[in-house]
Amino acid sequence: MNSVEGVAIASRGGAPSIFLRNITKAFGETIALSDVSLDLRAGEVHALLGENGAGKTTLMKILYGLSQPDSGQIEADGVVLKIESPRDARAAGIGMVTQHFSLVKNMTVIENIALASAKTFAIDLAKVRAEIVAASARFGLDVPPDAVIASLPIALQQRVEILKALMSGCSYLILDEPTAVLGPNDIDSLLEVIRRLRSDAGIGIVLISHKMAEIEKVADRVSVLRRGQVVSSSLANGITSKELVTLMVGEQQSGAEQRQRSASPSQSPILVLESVGVSREAGGLSDISFTVRPGEILGIAGVSGNGQTELVNVLSGTTQIDSGTITVEGHQLGSNTPQSLMRAGVGILGEDRHASAVHALQVVENLILDCVEKFAGKFQLRRKEMLNHCESAITQFEIKANPKQAFGTLSGGNMQKVLLARLFSRKPKVAIISQPTRGLDVMATNYVRSLIAQASKQGTAVVLVSEDLDEILELADRVAVMYRGSVVGIVDHTAASRESIGELMAGIAK
Amino acid sequence: MIDVTEEIISSSLRIATPLALAALGELVTEKSGVLNLGVEGIMYGSAFVGIATAAQTGSLTAGLIAALVSGALAGLIFAFTTVTLGVNQHVAGLGMTLLMISLCNTANRIMFTADGGQVRVDPWQPLNFGGPIFSQYLLTYATFLVAVPFVWWLLWKSGLGLKIRAVGENPEAADVAGIGVAKTRYTAIIIGSLFMALAGAFITLAFVGTFTVNIINGRGWVALALVIFGRWTIGRLLIGAALFSLVNAGQLQLRLLPSFADVPFEILLALPFLAVIVGLAISGRNVPYPGAYLKPYKRL
Repeated sequence: MNSVEGVAIASRGGAPSIFLRNITKAFGETIALSDVSLDLRAGEVHALLGENGAGKTTLMKILYGLSQPDSGQIEADGVVLKIESPRDARAAGIGMVTQHFSLVKNMTVIENIALASAKTFAIDLAKVRAEIVAASARFGLDVPPDAVIASLPIALQQRVEILKALMSGCSYLILDEPTAVLGPNDIDSLLEVIRRLRSDAGIGIVLISHKMAEIEKVADRVSVLRRGQVVSSSLANGITSKELVTLMVGEQQSGAEQRQRSASPSQSPILVLESVGVSREAGGLSDISFTVRPGEILGIAGVSGNGQTELVNVLSGTTQIDSGTITVEGHQLGSNTPQSLMRAGVGILGEDRHASAVHALQVVENLILDCVEKFAGKFQLRRKEMLNHCESAITQFEIKANPKQAFGTLSGGNMQKVLLARLFSRKPKVAIISQPTRGLDVMATNYVRSLIAQASKQGTAVVLVSEDLDEILELADRVAVMYRGSVVGIVDHTAASRESIGELMAGIAK
Repeated sequence: MIDVTEEIISSSLRIATPLALAALGELVTEKSGVLNLGVEGIMYGSAFVGIATAAQTGSLTAGLIAALVSGALAGLIFAFTTVTLGVNQHVAGLGMTLLMISLCNTANRIMFTADGGQVRVDPWQPLNFGGPIFSQYLLTYATFLVAVPFVWWLLWKSGLGLKIRAVGENPEAADVAGIGVAKTRYTAIIIGSLFMALAGAFITLAFVGTFTVNIINGRGWVALALVIFGRWTIGRLLIGAALFSLVNAGQLQLRLLPSFADVPFEILLALPFLAVIVGLAISGRNVPYPGAYLKPYKRL
C-alpha cells in the first residue's frame, strides 16, 4: 500500500472504478512520471494540479492511449485494461478533450460528430443530427448542429468536443486545462457544465488545471503532481489553496546554498519599469512596475501563465508595450525593439532555448549571431577569430561541444550554456534570464545558477524569471510576484518565504 | 562523334546559363525563408525591358542595366507584399508572374508588334577562346566563374549570409539577437531578383536577340525545381542544371538525326522536363526545407 492508496476517505463517488497503478514514464533521460498511482471515481470531479512539466498531461495521455507507460497498469473495477490507442480508451468508457481540439475546422458540428462515431460507410446525417439534439438536451450542452466549426467561438468548439466525447459513450471525461482558452464568463458556464455532468449524468471528470479558484469551485478531490510524482491526494474541502500552492512548488530543499547577497541599496536602479502595460491581444499585462539595481537579482515568481512569458517578451523587445515606460541607466527607451534594448545594454536568455537559437547553424555561428558585425571582415566573416572566440567560450563555460557542430545536436544543458555564453560575452548591464534550468539535470542546473550568481557579483543587474520557487529563493535579492498579468507584490529576500510568496501567487494576499 | 559531343556540351552551357542564374537567385531568396514564385515573371519582365531598352537606345549595356533595374523593382514589390504585408507567398509570387507576363505582352504589342513586326537587336556574340566548348557568351563565363563563387561566398562566408540563413531558419531567434528580420529578407529578395533579371536579360540580349510571347517558356519553374533538387546547396543545384541542360541539348541533336525524323518533336521537347520530374521524384523526398520556409514573420 502506498501513501496515496492509503488515504481512506469517504467520498460521494464510492469505491475507485478506474485505478492507475504505479505508472512510470521516461522521455530519454527525463523522467516524466515516477511510480504514479491515482484513482478515479464515477460521479466525482478529480482535479489534477501541478506546474508545467509536472507530468499532468503525460499521465492523462497515458490513460487516453495517446502515450504508453514504461511500466505500471490501468485497472477498471479490478480488471487490467489494455489501452494502446484512444480507440481502446473510448471502448473502456474514457474520453478526453485535449488542449488542441481535434475538430475538422471546415466541417459542420454534425459532420464532426458523425466522423467520431462513424461505423459504416453510409452516414445517416439526419440521424446523427437527432442524436446531437437529444444529447444536447440530456447533458445541457447547447450546440448549433449545422454550424461550421470555424465559425464558432472557442467556447462553443470546446462544447462540441465535450459533446463528442460524451456521445461516444464515455463515463470518464478528461479535460486538459479547459479554461486556459476561455474568458471569465465562459469559464463560469463550463464549470456549471462540469458540475451538471457529475451530478446529473454521474460522469467521472478529471480536471487538469493550475487555477486555484476553479478547483475550489468544482473539485471533489484534488491530487497534486510535482516533478512526476503525486505529492498529495485528498478531498477538496480538506485542503486550502495556500497548502495546494505550497505542495505544487515544493518544500525547501535541505542544504540549498544561499547566495551571498551583495547588492548595495545605495546604488541607483539601472532598469526601471513604470506602469508597463500590453494589450490583451499581445498577452495582457497591466501596471508592471519594478526596479533593478546593478548587482541585484530580482526574481519574478508566479504560477505559470500569469504574464511571465509576456513580460520577458517585452524585455526582449518582441512584444511592444502600449503604456508605461522602460528606462535603462536613466535613459527612457523610445520603443522597446530588440535592437534598442541591446544597444542600451540589456541581454536576454529566453525561456525556450530552441526558439532562441538556430538549430541548423553551427555552435560558433549561433554564438556570434547577436554581433555578426563584430566578426565581419572587409570581405568575409573572420572565421578564425570566430573559432577562437568560440573555443574560449567552450572552455570558460564548460560546454561539451565542437564549434562546428550543429546547435540542434547539443544536449539541453549544453544548449543553455552556449546561450549563456552568448549573453554574458556581451557583458550586459542588465540580464533578463527566463527559466534558465528548465529540463536540466542537477549538475547543469547548479552550474547555471552559479553563473547567474557570478554575473550579479560582477555588477550585472539580473531579472530572473522562474517557475522554480527554490531557484528564486536561492538566488534573488527581491522577489516580484505576478498574478493575472500584474505584479501583485515585491518581497525582500529576508521576508520572502514559501508561505508569503505562495499567498501572492495564489492571488489571495493583498 | 567528338564534334557532336562538343556541340552538346557547348550548347548545354548556353542552356544552363539562365537556369543557373535564376536558380542562384531563388536559392538566396529561399535561404531567407521566402519562396519567390515570381521568378518566371521577373525573368519575363527583364527579358522584355532589356531588349526594349536596347532597341530604343541602341545599346545592349543600357538594356542590361534597365533589365537589372526592372528586376530590383519587381523584387522590391514582392518583398513589400510578402515581408511587410505578410501576404501568402504563393499568391504574391504567382500574382507577380501573371502581372509581369501580361504587362510585357501588352507593352510588346503596343510598342513593337502592332504593325506585324518584331523587336530585334544584334545580340552579344560568343567570345571564342578556341573550340565550341570555349566559345561562349560573356554572361555564361560570368555565371560560372563569378556568380557561382559569389553566391557561395555570400551565403556561407559573409556576415550577411549568416544573417540570411538565420532569418530563414528561425526568425524569432534572429530577431532577439538583434538581426533585422525584414531588412535581411528585403536584401535577400532583391539580390535574388537581380540574378533572376540577369537570367531573363541573357535570353533576349544574348541568346536570341528578339522577344516573342512565352519567351521564358518555364525556365523560371525549372529553376525553382533545381533549388529543391539541389537541397539548397550550390553544388547539387549545379549538377541539376547540368543534367537538365545536357538532356535538353541532347534532344536538340537527336532531332537532327534521320532516324528520329518520324518521332513527333514535342516528345523530344518534353524530355528535359520529364528529367526534372524524375530527378525531383528521386531526390525531392525528405528535403531539408529552411525552417521558416513560407512563414511571414511578425512580432507579437
